Amino acid sequence: MGAGHAHRLYRHGHSPVHGLPPHTKLAATFAFVVVVVSTPREAMWAFGLYAALLAGVAYHARVPAGFLLKRLLIEVPFVAFAVLMPFVAEGERVEVLGMSLSVSGLWGAWNVLAKGTLGVAASVLLAATTELRELLLGLERLKLPPLLVQIASFMIRYGDVITDEMRRMRIARESRGFEARGVRHWGVLAKSAGALFIRSYERGERVHLAMVSRGYTGAMPVIDEVTASRAQWAHAFTLPLAALVVCLLGWTL
Amino acid sequence: MDAVTASLEVSGLAFAYPDGHQALFGVDFSIERGERVALLGPNGAGKTTLVLHLNGILTGGTGTVKVAGLPVGRAHMAEIRRKVGIVFQDPDDQLFMPTVREDVAFGPAAAGLKGAALEERVDLALEQVGMAEFKERPPHHLSFGQRRRVAVATVLAMEPEILVLDEPSSNLDPASRRELADILRSLDVTVLMVTHDLPYALELCPRALILSEGVIAADGGTGELLADEELMRAHRLELPFGFDPRSVPVPGARP
Amino acid sequence: MHVPDGFIDAPTSVATGAVAAAAVAVSLRGARRELDERTAPLAGLVAAFIFAVQMLNFPVAAGTSGHLLGGALAAILVGPYTGVLCVSVVLLMQGILFADGGLTALGVNITNMAVVTTVVAYALFRPLVKLLPRTRRSVTIASFVAALVSVPASALVFTLMYAVGGTTDVSIGKVAGAMVGVHLLIGIGEAAITALTVGAVIAVRPDLVYGARGLRQRLQLRVNGALVDAPAPDEARDGARTAPVAARTSRRALWISGLVTSLVLAGFVSFYASANPDGLEKVAADHGIDKKAEEHDYADSPLADYGVKDVDDARLSGGLAGVIGVGVTVAAGTGVFWAVRRRRSADDVSPVSTSV
Repeated sequence: MGAGHAHRLYRHGHSPVHGLPPHTKLAATFAFVVVVVSTPREAMWAFGLYAALLAGVAYHARVPAGFLLKRLLIEVPFVAFAVLMPFVAEGERVEVLGMSLSVSGLWGAWNVLAKGTLGVAASVLLAATTELRELLLGLERLKLPPLLVQIASFMIRYGDVITDEMRRMRIARESRGFEARGVRHWGVLAKSAGALFIRSYERGERVHLAMVSRGYTGAMPVIDEVTASRAQWAHAFTLPLAALVVCLLGWTL
Repeated sequence: MDAVTASLEVSGLAFAYPDGHQALFGVDFSIERGERVALLGPNGAGKTTLVLHLNGILTGGTGTVKVAGLPVGRAHMAEIRRKVGIVFQDPDDQLFMPTVREDVAFGPAAAGLKGAALEERVDLALEQVGMAEFKERPPHHLSFGQRRRVAVATVLAMEPEILVLDEPSSNLDPASRRELADILRSLDVTVLMVTHDLPYALELCPRALILSEGVIAADGGTGELLADEELMRAHRLELPFGFDPRSVPVPGARP
Repeated sequence: MHVPDGFIDAPTSVATGAVAAAAVAVSLRGARRELDERTAPLAGLVAAFIFAVQMLNFPVAAGTSGHLLGGALAAILVGPYTGVLCVSVVLLMQGILFADGGLTALGVNITNMAVVTTVVAYALFRPLVKLLPRTRRSVTIASFVAALVSVPASALVFTLMYAVGGTTDVSIGKVAGAMVGVHLLIGIGEAAITALTVGAVIAVRPDLVYGARGLRQRLQLRVNGALVDAPAPDEARDGARTAPVAARTSRRALWISGLVTSLVLAGFVSFYASANPDGLEKVAADHGIDKKAEEHDYADSPLADYGVKDVDDARLSGGLAGVIGVGVTVAAGTGVFWAVRRRRSADDVSPVSTSV
């Protein structure tokens, strides 16, 4: 049962960033994104500095640029939307290369693109340097209600089970020549979903029974205490603090 | 039989699943402290259902289960779960932590043990099953037999009053099977072993119960039950080809 | 529909964050009554399942595809409170792990995709189950309707949020037309999958469907030859079953008015959608959504297995984009939570009773 083993988004390593306690990283990432989002969109140079800060962290964490950029692809559908904005937004218009574009739409597109990309990059870095189990532990430390942490940990545990069952069922389906194309096949897919649910549940139920049998009551018992020293907090918060300075400059300049 | 000294006492236990299928129809038996008892029965006799009642995972039927005199119920659930150690049939269900050490530590840590005391408990349990050198390994990298032994250790670490094993010998090669038998024999706990591996039951358990169609159909010395051909046939229990229970000297039989 | 960072202005993000936090807090309290030791992993499974079905992009007419939201499924299988928690957890993990949906937009996303879908679906599902004959088929039908309405409802709230705090000024009519139009189609797919999943589960494991608890028959046990009634652990927690008749009728009135409101809402939604077939709807269909469909082409089958490695690509299905609206959500959220809370007034009597 693969819960807690490294997920594929994670890049194994022993960098200083990997070594930070998970809750400090989570808090720092969140603080960074908040700062980025509250930066005025007109301060274009600030976003460049944020990107440079993230690049610094990536370098520090020895996450290669290619890995990071590939993961940024998640943003693509959303980029498509942003690109549309200058065309459909209202207000004052400018002519660019013979097309009539909305000024506010252009600003909007830039705003969403810049902030969205930085947010995605920050999350990607977090996921790349933190193991799943650590993330859950970190969320628990940050006082996320235990019930939510419990649901999340079961979700991750079941994630493996479901992926596994999905693969088996897809193989079974495809070996009988089925391929979903269009509305006609919804029924088959939906029935698969129902069967998938029950199969996954019954497999996962046994694991849960074993946990309950050993006194599990909802919270993972603490086997190794993880605490963050003041220095580690300071270390983790270098990023958002530097970002905050940039942000304040962005508002004043 | 004295209710206080009995490790496990089950009376009038009946249970039906939510879909209406009834699995147990009034089960009665009792196991003394330190006994090793085999629970025999064909597939679908309700063995696993019975096991899940022993630590309160299944409830809601009628009848009572008492562990060391304590009734299984919401009031004492934590205590009951510590006292009844269940080793499930598939070790992959039982081992869910990233390393052997963390897996064995799970139960005692859930019971509040910490630091050096926890570490000591883990070491002892792994020692008992001869898996001490695998402490930092991920369970899924071990062989099946090793995983089953770790599964036993995860339960032993909780220092149970009674050890319940569901099909302990299934899928084991002969060597692993023997190693597990040696380990079980060396332990000083009450054992209830659910199995349809009849020679294994004969080897390890002086006493046997036959669960058939949701009731206890027979209760007696393992050798005598296995030798009763009519009884065996009536409950779909079959000895392996060429195996004669009367010809086997029972090792380590209790007086 | 995952909203990224920076799409919604800060005040609205903070406000929806507060709404989401409040909804989660209320749900945490409520979930304690819905969850016991056996259903806790079920909640995790539902979360994982929603995670999976959100990747499961199914074909909507003309080569486009959309992803499911799962709120209706969660509400029906594990109950509305736990359902909110499940979807919230999914969104949280998607934000942290897959960078799908911004971290500062988490409030927006939770309000929109966890709270609205779950609450709307359950508010429709319960009265339907009560009004229809007590059979499994009714549960399936009620699931279908609940899921069908929940998706465009969520799209509508998304539009309202956009009206309040969008950082770009695309006209509301265009956004509404595009969002609701597409999501009506997605709603049909969601309805089909939800109904069939619930139907499949209720046929095999009726004990796993929270929304159908009232339908269970009391079990009879045969003990040593005599028939005995099994203690019914769930009976006590389903307040509606034991509530006095008067309370029940007023509750029914409440539910019916809720139902009518939802239907009016749904009618309005479809009217609006058909009244605006042009504008962003078409643009989005021509560019944005098609783009999305293209990206999913390599995944041949919509149920294709994206191993975790591929998830970052597969999760491209995030979204058209997002908007925030506060007032309506608060009203709808608190209204239904209030109603649901009142319904489950009876405290649960210890359901574990092995000893007789």
